Amino acid sequence: MASMRDIKRRKSSIQGTQQITKAMKLVSTVKLQRARASAERSKGYFNCMYDTVNSILQRVGQIDHKYLTSGASSRKAVIVITGNRGLAGGYNSNVIKLVTRHPQWRKENLEIYCLGTKGRDAFVRSGYSVRECDAEIVESPLYKDAAALCDRLLTSFAEGEIGEIWLAYTNFKNTVSHIPTLLQLLPVQASGAEGGSAEKESAAVMNFEPEDSEALDMLIPKYVTSLIYGALRESVASENGARMQAMDNATSNAEEIISDLTLKYNRARQGSITQELTEIIAGAEALG
Amino acid sequence: MADKNEFLLRIITPDRVFYENRVEMVEFNTTEGEIGVLPGHIPMTVIVKPGILHISEAEGEKKAALHAGFAEILPESATILAEIIEWPGEIDEDRAKSARERAEKRLSSKAPNTDIAKAETALQRALARIEVLK
Repeated sequence: MASMRDIKRRKSSIQGTQQITKAMKLVSTVKLQRARASAERSKGYFNCMYDTVNSILQRVGQIDHKYLTSGASSRKAVIVITGNRGLAGGYNSNVIKLVTRHPQWRKENLEIYCLGTKGRDAFVRSGYSVRECDAEIVESPLYKDAAALCDRLLTSFAEGEIGEIWLAYTNFKNTVSHIPTLLQLLPVQASGAEGGSAEKESAAVMNFEPEDSEALDMLIPKYVTSLIYGALRESVASENGARMQAMDNATSNAEEIISDLTLKYNRARQGSITQELTEIIAGAEALG
Repeated sequence: MADKNEFLLRIITPDRVFYENRVEMVEFNTTEGEIGVLPGHIPMTVIVKPGILHISEAEGEKKAALHAGFAEILPESATILAEIIEWPGEIDEDRAKSARERAEKRLSSKAPNTDIAKAETALQRALARIEVLK
């Protein structure tokens, strides 16, 4: 049986850890509220953007446009959005696994664009080609930065360096459920049958100024940018949600261990008192 | 209840809902030239060019500098998805003026590696900002 002093030391160390996890939980709760509010504020923009681009694509059907057909290159660019810090449960590793465990993707054919240092570390370690890494953008997502990244990607796409652009991020469904998601940005995939008929009605009479293909030239960069930006916002909210959950679990685990140790400590104390008493009585009897 | 002379205008940016109200008319600059939208407009999607956005409400007029985005116009409503838009109060006049000078210099110097289109857009933006402050 461990001595009273050992148990006491262990207990106070766990109490220290619990205080830290509790504080981290509070911090990420506040951050989550802020991130969620801003993700919700921007949602209208993305939904509208998505609907408009989809209705245009449905109207034009399969036309030959540079953003709608995949390039000659077999290389794929993957934007991976992770956090800069750990201690967020499975948040970082779930997104990374989406890419590393993808059944059809080969390591040699991927160009990774990392947003967040955790992702970069993991991909560099396992030997992927990491083209770019931006850590700042995750801390405070700016539309400008998303637009600059999109610009660079579209240039590589237009020059034929990459044939497809994918986005791996964490979808923020609600506070407790975050879904790692893989999304194809380019070539643009018109969404299938879902909601198609309703779209067609309004799309049937829509006019475009300038013409379709010219409008697509201008709209698709905006569309890709807004998807990247939206994904960033959702990922930030998810990261804080995941961290809040992880820290909540850690705090309650610490609680459990502490109560277990308290019990052990009391038992050890009682044991030592009993032992002392027996020794005193035995001594007194021997003398008497 | 809905007044026939009004339609719903929504201006959304990536970060917020910039404006949402019933208006009588809205005017702005597009790639095809300046347009004014009244209620009952045919459905149309247009691409925005830097310029001034005039909103005519029942109570008065409002102005804003609209720089990039696109607009979806329907008979009873119009939605402007604006990447960059500012109320006059949000504009830094000195910055806009120095941006105009920079852009003009770049256009007039005709250096071989100047991105003319980019400089022109920058100039248009600066002009729109200065104009809206007047």
